[in-house]
Amino acid sequence: MPVFCSSCENKRAVLKRPKTAHSLCKECFFWAFEEEVHHTIITARLFNRGETVGIGASGGKDSTVLAHVMKVLNERFDYGLKLLLLSVDEGITGYRDDSLETVKRNQQQYDLPLKIVSYEELYGWTMDAIVKQVGLKNNCTFCGVFRRQALDRGAMMLKVDKICTGHNADDIAETVLMNVLRGDIARLRRCTAISTASEGEGVIPRCKPLKYAYEKEIVLYAYFKKLDYFSTECIYSPNAYRGHARAFLKDLEAVRPSSIMDVIHSGENLSVREGVRMPVQGTCSRCGYISSQALCKACVLLEGLNRGLPRLGIGKHHRLHGKILAQQPLTEREERKLRAVDF
Amino acid sequence: MCQVDEEYNELLESRSLPGVSKKCMKCKEGTAVLIIRAGDAFCRSCFKEYFIHKFRAMLGKNRVIFPGEKVLLAVSGGLASSSMLAQVQEGLSQDAHKKLRFVPGIVYVDEGGASGQSLEERQRAASQLEHIFQATGFPYHIVPLEEVFSLPSSVLEAASAISNSSTCSYKTAVEQFIQNGGEAVGLRNKEQDSSLADAVSQLQTHDCQPSSFIPPAPQRQALERLFASVKTQTAKEELLQTLRQHLILHTARLKGYSKVMLGESCTRLAVKLLSSISLGRGAALAMDTGFADSRFGDVVLVRPMRDYSSKEIAFYGRLFSVPSVFTPGLDTKTSDKASIQRLTESFVTNLQTGFPSTVSTIYRTSEKLQTAHSAQTNDAEPASKCLLCLCALDTTVEEASAFNATLLSERLSQGKKAGGAGLPTSAPAPSPAPALGSGSAGQCCSSSAGSSGDGGCGGGGGGGEGEGGGCCSGSSGRPSVNSDLKSLLCYSCRLTIKDMTTVDTLPSYLMSEAERRKRRVDMRKEISEFLLEEDED
Repeated sequence: MPVFCSSCENKRAVLKRPKTAHSLCKECFFWAFEEEVHHTIITARLFNRGETVGIGASGGKDSTVLAHVMKVLNERFDYGLKLLLLSVDEGITGYRDDSLETVKRNQQQYDLPLKIVSYEELYGWTMDAIVKQVGLKNNCTFCGVFRRQALDRGAMMLKVDKICTGHNADDIAETVLMNVLRGDIARLRRCTAISTASEGEGVIPRCKPLKYAYEKEIVLYAYFKKLDYFSTECIYSPNAYRGHARAFLKDLEAVRPSSIMDVIHSGENLSVREGVRMPVQGTCSRCGYISSQALCKACVLLEGLNRGLPRLGIGKHHRLHGKILAQQPLTEREERKLRAVDF
Repeated sequence: MCQVDEEYNELLESRSLPGVSKKCMKCKEGTAVLIIRAGDAFCRSCFKEYFIHKFRAMLGKNRVIFPGEKVLLAVSGGLASSSMLAQVQEGLSQDAHKKLRFVPGIVYVDEGGASGQSLEERQRAASQLEHIFQATGFPYHIVPLEEVFSLPSSVLEAASAISNSSTCSYKTAVEQFIQNGGEAVGLRNKEQDSSLADAVSQLQTHDCQPSSFIPPAPQRQALERLFASVKTQTAKEELLQTLRQHLILHTARLKGYSKVMLGESCTRLAVKLLSSISLGRGAALAMDTGFADSRFGDVVLVRPMRDYSSKEIAFYGRLFSVPSVFTPGLDTKTSDKASIQRLTESFVTNLQTGFPSTVSTIYRTSEKLQTAHSAQTNDAEPASKCLLCLCALDTTVEEASAFNATLLSERLSQGKKAGGAGLPTSAPAPSPAPALGSGSAGQCCSSSAGSSGDGGCGGGGGGGEGEGGGCCSGSSGRPSVNSDLKSLLCYSCRLTIKDMTTVDTLPSYLMSEAERRKRRVDMRKEISEFLLEEDED
């Protein structure tokens, strides 16, 4: 017996929504998915008319769906936004070069301008070169920190008002769990925020329009829309600890599908006791980027790479910031600890 | 973000293997018998001292339990709560140099009826425990879970705290206690028994005879029906936890206890914290896992075992033969993925083996939290608290929130006749999908788009509109009752109720209190235009 769409009640359902377990036909699913993203954008007041919005595009499913939905909604509801794609080339042979091809195709399909910033031009290092020096461990730290800043720098070059990224509900929930496991109370508090507060100059607000969209629904959407996206894991180490949180979340979802939203709800309603020390946001004294320390993480990591002491930015070495700023050499003992670990 | 593991690596690498004849790291004399954490080898007597000190330090640091106060120890028979009982005994013994000065009693909730144990099994466990309890000389109360069916609905009313800390600080209470020559202060509550002798004499009257363990058959069947109507193991465990809490609360109030001690260990609390997050209980996290939990107002839950890891407790129990009784629970012999609670437990314990600081890190997180709705006062309208867990309602949230996003998803997936109307700006938008056929599913969407706020805590405007009639999952035969009930529940308890085939099986005290609150909300609505604003904070 065919199952009928629980929304329009006259078409045959083709999928069961992972989020609500309702059976829907293709059109009703598209409609619901887009309507929900629209609702998120409107209720959270993510954009204002006339703004230029950079869409962080990696070529993966999330950002491809984001670019597509943003374009559709911008036209349908007349947001009056100027959209463009913003990509970061980490310099990972066999991974990013392929996915950037996808982004370039997307650029043509959606007719949006595209800007690619590369680690090489910004930092003088490609990820391939970094991994050669650092090894397969910890390299995600470099990549993550550099990408965040690269996206901002690219956005500044394009004079973008806001950046939106393809983080989905699963990503947010996973981050909530991660921060609990790490005891990182400062991040736990802000990781559920849908957009970063636009404080300070030179900081471009970021937002996550897909915050309440399930990863599985994003895949379903891309699948039925036949969107062109790139799906390969990064060739450098899928990192272990986040993997635990991810696996746990997947198990939770299997037991109770609403778990993902439940975790986000928990995150949104947490609050931190008074008297718990929180990092203060300042600016990096070298590059002017936001930082809670004298030097931002990217500058410390870069300094470590350039000095041949890659572990400088891994773990906490705030004491050494003064020396780095003053361009002083480190002592033999300090250096020994910061060299790459040989295996 | 990605480099979590590094911080632990150093810990792992630096761990040295203990020698066979290692000395105690504390007294440097005795032979070590156990290693608590990496490098901390203890001899038997130092471990005992350490364990005992921790208990006193926890109570001393928090200063929540006043001298002469009646404290109810919730003992399940498991190792953690049994060790807690042993610690209280130890602390009250004559030769203890820093004697504990409260008056203890014990409560055991027999949950065998929920986990399908036979009457003989339940009786055997209860009488084993009774032996242990009798040996302590403390008054004890054995309460079968079936008693929830005879609870009064007043259990759910959060009484305002009698022990106003403003009028009687800890320090003055201690001074008074000492002046009275160690005799307990009659405290603020007159009916409260002050001396141990009194309390012990009570024991005679409330002593449960073995035969009276057995609850009457109708109640047993009602309990069976109740748990049979819950579809998921996750919801069963949540419900059991709630009912148990109500029973303990009721017992404490009935017998005049103002504090209840729970035996939850650090490990258990870490699991509870993570599973609470997974169950959407973020707003109640600090209550669920903190040292003192004052959600009931007059009776405060205290968790003095929260500094011990389950490993320490297991060692203590074994080395000093703490008597305990194993009773199978709802989750005994279930698979790892049977429920969210069970899944979290195995996740945390597995992670703990690879990353030994997992439990303590999670646990430390709990110390930094407080409830979002911290301004909850005990004398606020009961309607602003969840009917089941008695925590502040967390359903009056911003428009852009996980809660409203979920409601929207459900609405959009169920017949879109009224679906669009709920959206603020989509109304003029032509929806790309066909405009719906027959569409008589009118009740599927109420007018209250995002305003599912209830019980007027906050700016909701004092109305308990609840969420519209149709937003319920619709699986139940009586949607109106179900959604009425839902509007009185917090986010997480709604999930629990959603997993029930019917709410008719719930004990009557819940339903009658729900009706009472509903009436009160309706009443409020009727007179709302005459109420001045600050009435409801």
